[in-house]
Amino acid sequence: MTTNLKSETPLLQLVGVSKHFGALKAVDDVSLDIRSGSVTCLVGPSGSGKSTLLRTVNMMEEINEGAIFFEGKMIGHEVHNGHRVPVSKSVARKQTLNFGMVFQHFNLFPHYTALENVTAAPMIVKGLRKKDAEAIGRRVLERVGLGSRMDHYPSELSGGQQQRVAIARALAMEPKVLLFDEPTSALDPELVAEVLAVMKGLAEQGSTMMIVTHEMRFAEDVADEVVMMDAGRIIERGVPQEILHNPTTPRAKKFFASVGAL
Amino acid sequence: MSSLLAKRRTTQASTASRTPTDLAGLKIRPRIGVAQWLSIALAVYLGLASIQFFVFNDNWKWDVVFSYLFSQIIINGLLNTIYLTLLTTFFGLILGVFTAWARMSPLVVLRTIAILYIWLMRAMPPLVMLLFVFFFGALAPTLGIGIPFGPTFASVPANEVISRFSAAIIGLSIYLGAYSAEIFRGGILALPSGQFEACKSLGLPPFKAYQKILGPQLIRVIIPSLANDVITIFKSTSLVSVIGYTELLTTVQTIYARNFETIPLLVVAVIWYLVLTSIAMFGQARLEKRFGRGFARRNPSDPKPAALENAGKENL
Repeated sequence: MTTNLKSETPLLQLVGVSKHFGALKAVDDVSLDIRSGSVTCLVGPSGSGKSTLLRTVNMMEEINEGAIFFEGKMIGHEVHNGHRVPVSKSVARKQTLNFGMVFQHFNLFPHYTALENVTAAPMIVKGLRKKDAEAIGRRVLERVGLGSRMDHYPSELSGGQQQRVAIARALAMEPKVLLFDEPTSALDPELVAEVLAVMKGLAEQGSTMMIVTHEMRFAEDVADEVVMMDAGRIIERGVPQEILHNPTTPRAKKFFASVGAL
Repeated sequence: MSSLLAKRRTTQASTASRTPTDLAGLKIRPRIGVAQWLSIALAVYLGLASIQFFVFNDNWKWDVVFSYLFSQIIINGLLNTIYLTLLTTFFGLILGVFTAWARMSPLVVLRTIAILYIWLMRAMPPLVMLLFVFFFGALAPTLGIGIPFGPTFASVPANEVISRFSAAIIGLSIYLGAYSAEIFRGGILALPSGQFEACKSLGLPPFKAYQKILGPQLIRVIIPSLANDVITIFKSTSLVSVIGYTELLTTVQTIYARNFETIPLLVVAVIWYLVLTSIAMFGQARLEKRFGRGFARRNPSDPKPAALENAGKENL
């Protein structure tokens, strides 16, 4: 009767997280557990706070309330004389390394080839030798199906290929959680599938992933849990089949109908 | 002209008789319009006019120009100009980087100091700046480190530190520092925010991020403006004549003050300035190529080279 404790303890825990932009509460009192090896898709209308929530996890956005725990330890803040203060920049950088991020607009380094994009951080941050970094770089680029494009500059690659390089760049740092911020929203429709296929492959290999997406069919196919947000709050969450096809709140019903999931 | 018209007529006639396949097989060439002919005529006119003005015009006194061009005294002045420019550029750009960094700092004190410095330098004519630095000894007879209104720990007489040469370098460097700071800042503002986010998400420390990722991208953007400022420094060095430092233009002025060959000697200076500017522009092109890595090649100075080349050939 022993339950697997490791899968019970969440890898990542958000407790009452809020993020304000002036008067706007972009993220409003959100609590969320992410188990190791799980795929969580954040969905919702634009402006619902799902990207902001994702960005609070790796400290791209500072939170105003609540706390974030990784492997049971609070990240981003530390206790100091009975108060919480932001951690120092060098500690923050170390904590960031638990997360790999893939952006909507790829954000590749334009003056570096695909391989150089992937090897830059392992060499600079982890201090790997060029040879070792390139071995990792080749491996992750092959993993995303770009073994033959390593010496191309981003400007010489299609959008789908650029996004796959960006995924490889995140993978090269061996993060424990992968964060995807609308990874296919900037792509031409015929290029979406190749990126989703790579992401599905990562999910099947057991990566822990948080994905902000508008691809409902992908969410249904790959996600362990779908979290629907509206106006900065989680309004519904659960396994994809239930949420996507049987939402309980009228707001969720309306949204899933409008994106053609119902 | 009539043969041209005849040619056009035959072309039209042959259009009718040729099959679509024939026509599709014909090579496409750029159309040579009136604008091309007029521009060639203009080039010929300007060429002839300049030959008349420069070569068949004894007032230039080219023999005087060439007798001074490589003379020892001129070369000494030229070397002083180069020396001054290199040192000013070196110190000015370092100062510029630090000022830009301070100007964008989250610390309000640093930001305010940078803004005040830039504001002051923008308001101050460089000539006035040079005079202030040179006569700094009159304002502060000794330069020292200490607490204001309190004790001084170490000091030297200002006049020992400030020579004509050091005053020239200090004056021009703090001038270039303020101007280049704004160029660096402009380059940083022009970088897409996604590049900063990518660096942050990968855990790159800021200094390394600037050195490896952001710096090379921003240098690409700011090279033209920076080259502009450095080339301006060549000519600004002539201002140091007010504090009696002898660079190229001052040398020339002292010579024509004696022999009254004003124009030939100014031509000597202009020729050397042209040479220096050419070298700087060559360096600029090399830098632009080097930092253009990964960006689609464009050649804005040469929009339609093939068309113009063909136009020339078909004339002959």
